[in-house]
Amino acid sequence: MTTALRAQGLGKRYGRRDALSECTLEVPTGRVVGLVGPNGAGKTTLLNLAVGLLTPTSGTIEVLGGRPAESPAQLAKVGYVAQDTPTYPTFTVEDHLRLGAHLNPGWDDALARDRIARLGLDLRQKARKLSGGQRAQLALTLGIAKRPELLILDEPVASLDPLARREFLQDLMEAVADYELSVVLSSHLVSDLERVCDYLVVIVDSRVRLADDLEAILAAHHRLSGPRRDPSTLPADQHVVSASHTERQTTLVVRADGPIHDPAWSVGQLGLEDLVLAYMGGPSVDRSPRAALEVIG
Amino acid sequence: MIEFHLDATSGLSPYQQLVRQVRHALRLGLLREGDQLPTVKDVVAQLAINPNTVLKAYRELEHEGLVAARPGVGTFVTRALTDATFASHARLRRSLRRWLADARQAGLDDESIEALMETTFRTASQEDVA
Repeated sequence: MTTALRAQGLGKRYGRRDALSECTLEVPTGRVVGLVGPNGAGKTTLLNLAVGLLTPTSGTIEVLGGRPAESPAQLAKVGYVAQDTPTYPTFTVEDHLRLGAHLNPGWDDALARDRIARLGLDLRQKARKLSGGQRAQLALTLGIAKRPELLILDEPVASLDPLARREFLQDLMEAVADYELSVVLSSHLVSDLERVCDYLVVIVDSRVRLADDLEAILAAHHRLSGPRRDPSTLPADQHVVSASHTERQTTLVVRADGPIHDPAWSVGQLGLEDLVLAYMGGPSVDRSPRAALEVIG
Repeated sequence: MIEFHLDATSGLSPYQQLVRQVRHALRLGLLREGDQLPTVKDVVAQLAINPNTVLKAYRELEHEGLVAARPGVGTFVTRALTDATFASHARLRRSLRRWLADARQAGLDDESIEALMETTFRTASQEDVA
């Protein structure tokens, strides 16, 4: 099976600051990948590296088996909708379609015009006169009509109202069903990601903390609560993601390779939102019991 | 035709919710043998969910022998869940009611009853697995 995205030790550095470091990933094709993490964690950097707008400082990245932006054929395979779904304010909807046709060898004009008609957009309208939702839909139309194998979207729904957001995601998912499109999508809206994604990548502090099939992620994480206890005494196959303590009680979010048998814990399921928050706020205790101890002290 | 919905607070994954809604509709007789399930594209367009989620749910229902996919046509219900289950339900419900009355007599309130049910249910299923 081919991979949509493969990164090996990928890093991007600005001066002394790492925007992304030691990123190693392998995402299969045919998936809808959600990319989450706090602002400034490196999500946009990763996406810009994937489309070739940035070049890596270290490591390698391969997209659909090729180097990003290495050839016209590679460019045609990858669609990109940048942050806040930008359009050209003084261009009409018609201008955008013509530009799309001009710039993209695989352009599907019938698809683009059919979508614009279905959305009820006026071809003569200038983009700056469109609502936020309409602009996002126009940008999505351009991204889909290019007929890429992989569509990358950076925070496409962040500024949309709930209705426009739902419509945007409905149309995106229809395109996935119709054209067997692979998608990588960054968003803060975890509840949206839970519906549309089947693969999740969590980036915190320029590092990939978690990357796996969404169902597998949900099945492997648990919330444990029980009498106060040092997390470093857990079995080796349970990794602490976050820990909090009161005088008598300890509550942990753990990633476990197998079921939790210890009767001292009451084991709860974890929603995606809580899980992502645990990774964002939790200590990096994956392999260092000391970090976990510091939390206690 | 069944219309799906998703409940973000159910604690179940979207695919589990779809499977459960079909089973539920079969039990209530809202879906009958021969009925068509919505196409994957219809569900995707309606709920804004991943097509793989719908496919996975339909595959599981197929695996359970409740539906069958006819390539190029759609997915159809092959077996109803109504008749046999309801008869046995009546007996089970009667014994459950008796148990509930016992529990109340013993002074348990609703929450305690639920907690007792849940822990017993969990222990029993764990023992079944072991």
